[in-house]
Amino acid sequence: MKRTFDLLALMLFGFIFATVIAGYVERDSLSALAQYYLEAVPRDLGAQNVVTGILITYRGFDTLGEVAVLFMVAASVGILLASGAGERPDEVGRDAAAGPSELVISGAEVILPMIFLFGAYVILNGHLSAGGGFQGGAVVASGVMLLLIARPSTLVNHGFLSVTESLAGVVYVTLGILGIVFAGGFLDSHIMPRGELGAFISAGAIPVISALLGIKVGAELSVVIDRFRS
Amino acid sequence: MLLELLLLLISASILVSGVLAVWLDNLLPAMVSAGLASLFAAASYVLLAAPDVAMAEAAIGAGLSTLIFLYAIRKTRTGED
Repeated sequence: MKRTFDLLALMLFGFIFATVIAGYVERDSLSALAQYYLEAVPRDLGAQNVVTGILITYRGFDTLGEVAVLFMVAASVGILLASGAGERPDEVGRDAAAGPSELVISGAEVILPMIFLFGAYVILNGHLSAGGGFQGGAVVASGVMLLLIARPSTLVNHGFLSVTESLAGVVYVTLGILGIVFAGGFLDSHIMPRGELGAFISAGAIPVISALLGIKVGAELSVVIDRFRS
Repeated sequence: MLLELLLLLISASILVSGVLAVWLDNLLPAMVSAGLASLFAAASYVLLAAPDVAMAEAAIGAGLSTLIFLYAIRKTRTGED
C-alpha cells in the first residue's frame, strides 16, 4: 500500500517535471520585466550590480523580512540550545584526540584573515560587483566557523554580537523610515546622493544598507554556529 | 558547446554526490557528499551567469549547513554511544 503510494507520488512528480521541461523554450531576448530592471537600476539607483539594487531598494521590505526570519531562527536556536551556554565548549565531553589537526590550525592562520577581508569586500562592493550584505555576511560567518573549528577553546562574546546585531537592525529600520520622510517610501535609497555610476561611494544608501545587512547576517549566523557548538 | 558540456558534467556531479549522500551508510562521508552537491550547484550557478546566487549557495549550502550537520553528528555520537 505504502509502495504504491510512493510510486504514485513519484509518477506525479515525474509528470510535473516532464511538462515543465517540455514547455521550456530558451529565450533569445530578455523579458520585459528584466529589460526594465536592467535599465532602471543603473539609471534610477546608480547601482552597477542590478541584483543588489533590486534586493535592497525595490525589494527592500522583503529583504527586511528575510533578516527578521533569520533573527527569529537565531533567537529560537538560542532558546533551544541555551542550556549548555554556561559551560566552556571544550569541556563538553571532548577528548584531546578529537581536536583539530595541525593542518587545520596552520591553514586557518593563513586563510582566516583573507576570508574576513573577502567578506568585508563582498559586503562593501555589493553595489558594484556580485554579492552584497547577505552573501558577505555568510562569508564572514563561515570565517567564524573556521575559527571555531581550528581553535575550539575560543569563546564567542554573545552579548557583544547581540548588541551589534540589534543596533544594525535598528539603524536599518531607521534608514527605512528616513526613506519615507525624505524620499519616495520605506527603504528608498535616494536619501543619499546617487553619485557616479561605478564609483565606490555611489548608489545612494545601498552600500550603507548592505553593510548593515552584512553585519546583521554575519552576527546572527555566528551566534547560530556557536550555539550548535556548545 | 564547451559551456554546455561543462554544465552537463557539473549537473552529473550534483546527481552523483546527491545519490551518494543518500546511499552512504557512514554519516560523515554522506554529509561531505551533500556539501559537495551544494558546491557543484554553486559552480553551475556561476556558469549560468548568476554569481550572486552562487556566492550565497557556496557560503551557506556548502559551508555553514554542512558544518552544522557535522556538529550535530558529532554531538549525537558522543552523547549516545
